[in-house]
Amino acid sequence: MAEHTSSGGPTLEEGGETRRDFLYLATGAMAAAGTVIAIWPFIDFMNPSRDVLALSTADVDLSPIEVGQAITVTWRGKPVFVRRRTAVEIESAANVNLADLPDPQPDSARVKKPEWLIQIGICTHLGCIPLGQRPGDPRGDYGGWFCPCHGSHYDTSGRIRKGPAPRNLDLPPYQFVDDGRIRIG
Amino acid sequence: MSAPQWKNPIVRWIDYRMPIFTLIHHDLVDYPTPRNLNYWWNFGSLAGFLLVVMIVTGVMLAMHYTPHVDLAFVSVERIMRDVNYGWLIRYLHMNGGSMFFLVVYIHVFRGLYYGSYKAPRELLWMLGVVILILMMATAFMGYVLPWGQMSFWAATVITNLFSAFPVVGESVVHWLWGGFSVDNPTLNRFFSLHYLLPFVIFGLVFLHLWALHTHKSNNPLGIDVKGPQDTIPFHPYYTAKDMFGMAVLLLVYLAFVFFAPNFFTEPDNYIPADPMVTPHQIVPEWYLLPFYAILRAVPNKLGGVVLMFASILILFVLPWLDTSKVKSARFRPIYKQLFWILVVDCIALGWVGANRPEGVYIVIGRIATAYYFVHFLILVPLVGWLERPRPLPESIGAPVLGGGGAAVGATPKPMEKA
Ligand code: HEM
Ligand code: FES
Repeated sequence: MAEHTSSGGPTLEEGGETRRDFLYLATGAMAAAGTVIAIWPFIDFMNPSRDVLALSTADVDLSPIEVGQAITVTWRGKPVFVRRRTAVEIESAANVNLADLPDPQPDSARVKKPEWLIQIGICTHLGCIPLGQRPGDPRGDYGGWFCPCHGSHYDTSGRIRKGPAPRNLDLPPYQFVDDGRIRIG
Repeated sequence: MSAPQWKNPIVRWIDYRMPIFTLIHHDLVDYPTPRNLNYWWNFGSLAGFLLVVMIVTGVMLAMHYTPHVDLAFVSVERIMRDVNYGWLIRYLHMNGGSMFFLVVYIHVFRGLYYGSYKAPRELLWMLGVVILILMMATAFMGYVLPWGQMSFWAATVITNLFSAFPVVGESVVHWLWGGFSVDNPTLNRFFSLHYLLPFVIFGLVFLHLWALHTHKSNNPLGIDVKGPQDTIPFHPYYTAKDMFGMAVLLLVYLAFVFFAPNFFTEPDNYIPADPMVTPHQIVPEWYLLPFYAILRAVPNKLGGVVLMFASILILFVLPWLDTSKVKSARFRPIYKQLFWILVVDCIALGWVGANRPEGVYIVIGRIATAYYFVHFLILVPLVGWLERPRPLPESIGAPVLGGGGAAVGATPKPMEKA
């Protein structure tokens, strides 16, 4: 193409830079930068929208939950397990040799008040919801939760003990609004 | 042109099995293009660019839109208020539609002026007309989706056009609606088709380009390419020119998007659809106004509908209505004037279409409608015979490269392949 483009332009010096090269690069750089900037709104369009973000807290009334009972609430479309643990459960969660755990974490790091265990009810393996919330459910070899999908066993602190899941059940951010209520998110 | 030799081994491997790089090279790089194309030849690539913009923004919008009578309007409002950059994507799509029609109408009138519809480009032209019809159908159904007052009543009025046909009319309309009024089934099917048709158009554009590349572009002189001295390679000459045109288009387009995003729309469409109340005045989008004017010019229901469809279908037979062997209006003194009168006529029709059919608008609407058909059915065939064209230049290259130039005798040269 050189025979076309060089007509009327500056004489091309061997290997030297020309005004045309500069303009070509400058235009290309502008076009590339412009394209990248133009793509951002299209990507951000698919991020959670403002009405979705507005749903990001959930208030839970703890007063109706008896010792030994559990409820499941929804926060950001995910199940959150709220369990009022018995003294035996708290005890067994605390008395564990951390070295035996695949994902070592003391029970005290997983609760704000030992009686209330609040965690995201999604198996850290591939996203199923572990069993153990309802009275008749199987609760696995460690008395916590059992994931039916690929057999992960969680203990009474929601820590992974056996099976393919890599991590303990995740904890949502939450605070006690007062003794009887929490706000998740 | 010889097939290019590919240096990159991967490119060579693929190209040997499927010569896609060779194809791109032939059709976008080496492609011999008349050296004298002016800016009116930018509009095809601009239309292609806008088609891609419409598809991309449309696919994005569909991720947040809900095609249900109870939710459609709120889902659009949610896009405007809550979804990140939702206002931008929606305004790009809304104004992109108007830009698309603007660009395509200029593209079509370019064809009318330079006789691009004549042999051997009749099929290219007819594919263009099919694209235009599908564009109108797509735009109309898209307008219905936000389910505002204008959406609802546009859907009602346009689908009712089909009730004009005797005997089957009513059944056809119920079939279109999927019920006994415009309702949820109508909205659902419109969404489905509005999503589908742009991809059909996309396919037709490839046929359009296939036909184009078989006999290559016409040019402002309307005479055939005689050899390599009449052409330049598409790249870098026309790629650069097309990019420049695109930058100018973006300037205009984005000016609307950012500074006057609702310039082309009716405020009534921000009122949710109400099947019990028709707005005081209902008008289609600007690009359909001339057809709307033709519809209303005839006092008879069936007659209006037939004329409206005929006004587009007539373009299919234009290549055979035009009896002149000279393509470009530059060399056709009478046709050139008729062309500009037609442009004014179409604008007048659009203006009449935007106003209530009362008083002077009825008269102007009827005259303009009649003239539209007289132009194509009487003037174009007649002028082809009666007009004495100006002398055609020797070749495209001659005026620039010297030797020959224009005026070689007073009689026009017969077209080579005519
Ligand atoms: C989606 C819409 C369309 C796209 C993307 C499109 C695309 C193109 C492109 C890229 C070209 C070559 C560049 C140029 O000459 O401007 C072209 C040429 C042409 N188009 Fe279209 N077009 C569209 C609609 C139409 C319509 C509606 C018509 C006529 C009714 C039409 C008639 C023609 C003709 C006759 C040519 C050859 C022009 C010449 O060489 O002088 N096109 N089109
Ligand atoms: S998802 Fe729970 S064990 Fe695989």
